[in-house]
Amino acid sequence: MEQKDAGFALANKKNTINLGLWTLTWLVSTALVVFGAKFLWDFKATISIVAILLNLAMGLGMIMAYKRYLMGQDEMQRKIQMDAMALSLGVSVVGGLSYSMLDVVNIVTFDAEISHLVILISITYLLAVIVGTIRYQ
Amino acid sequence: MKNRIKILRAEHDMTQAQLADLCSVSRQTINAIEKGKFDPSLPLAFRISGLFKEPIEAIFLNDQS
Repeated sequence: MEQKDAGFALANKKNTINLGLWTLTWLVSTALVVFGAKFLWDFKATISIVAILLNLAMGLGMIMAYKRYLMGQDEMQRKIQMDAMALSLGVSVVGGLSYSMLDVVNIVTFDAEISHLVILISITYLLAVIVGTIRYQ
Repeated sequence: MKNRIKILRAEHDMTQAQLADLCSVSRQTINAIEKGKFDPSLPLAFRISGLFKEPIEAIFLNDQS
């Protein structure tokens, strides 16, 4: 109700900014875990665990912010998001497993990293949102 | 699904943005509905119907009928 009182566009903008900030915080906490262990605390287990717990908390915050963002959108925007998520899930499962198998049977010389899968999901999701938005214009 | 939203908006001297604000949706959604690219949910169709004080069947027309 608060969102409707504030106006749809304004509420949408607030939710987007909120999601952006949580994503940025999560990203910084991820970088802190990865680089901090190497450059700041020399892989001390206790600090690493605390940093990972912090990263998990930030991740949870980001998920909740994304949920708020989705709930604040209208039905067409939500459909675009849902279609994009469905496509990126399909591409990540099929593409990710194929990529992993390429590594297993030694077709690719390098290791199949989880980060490659995250990049694939992100690009698929981004492109699907852009195509979905254009489709309804 | 075809609809008469654009005509009704013009009759009520209303912009897409104003209608969108009254319906709590984005202007892009109103535009997509007007162009027949997106079919609104029943609650949204009722909201539009209530705003223009016209029955739903007088606003939204089935393509196949």
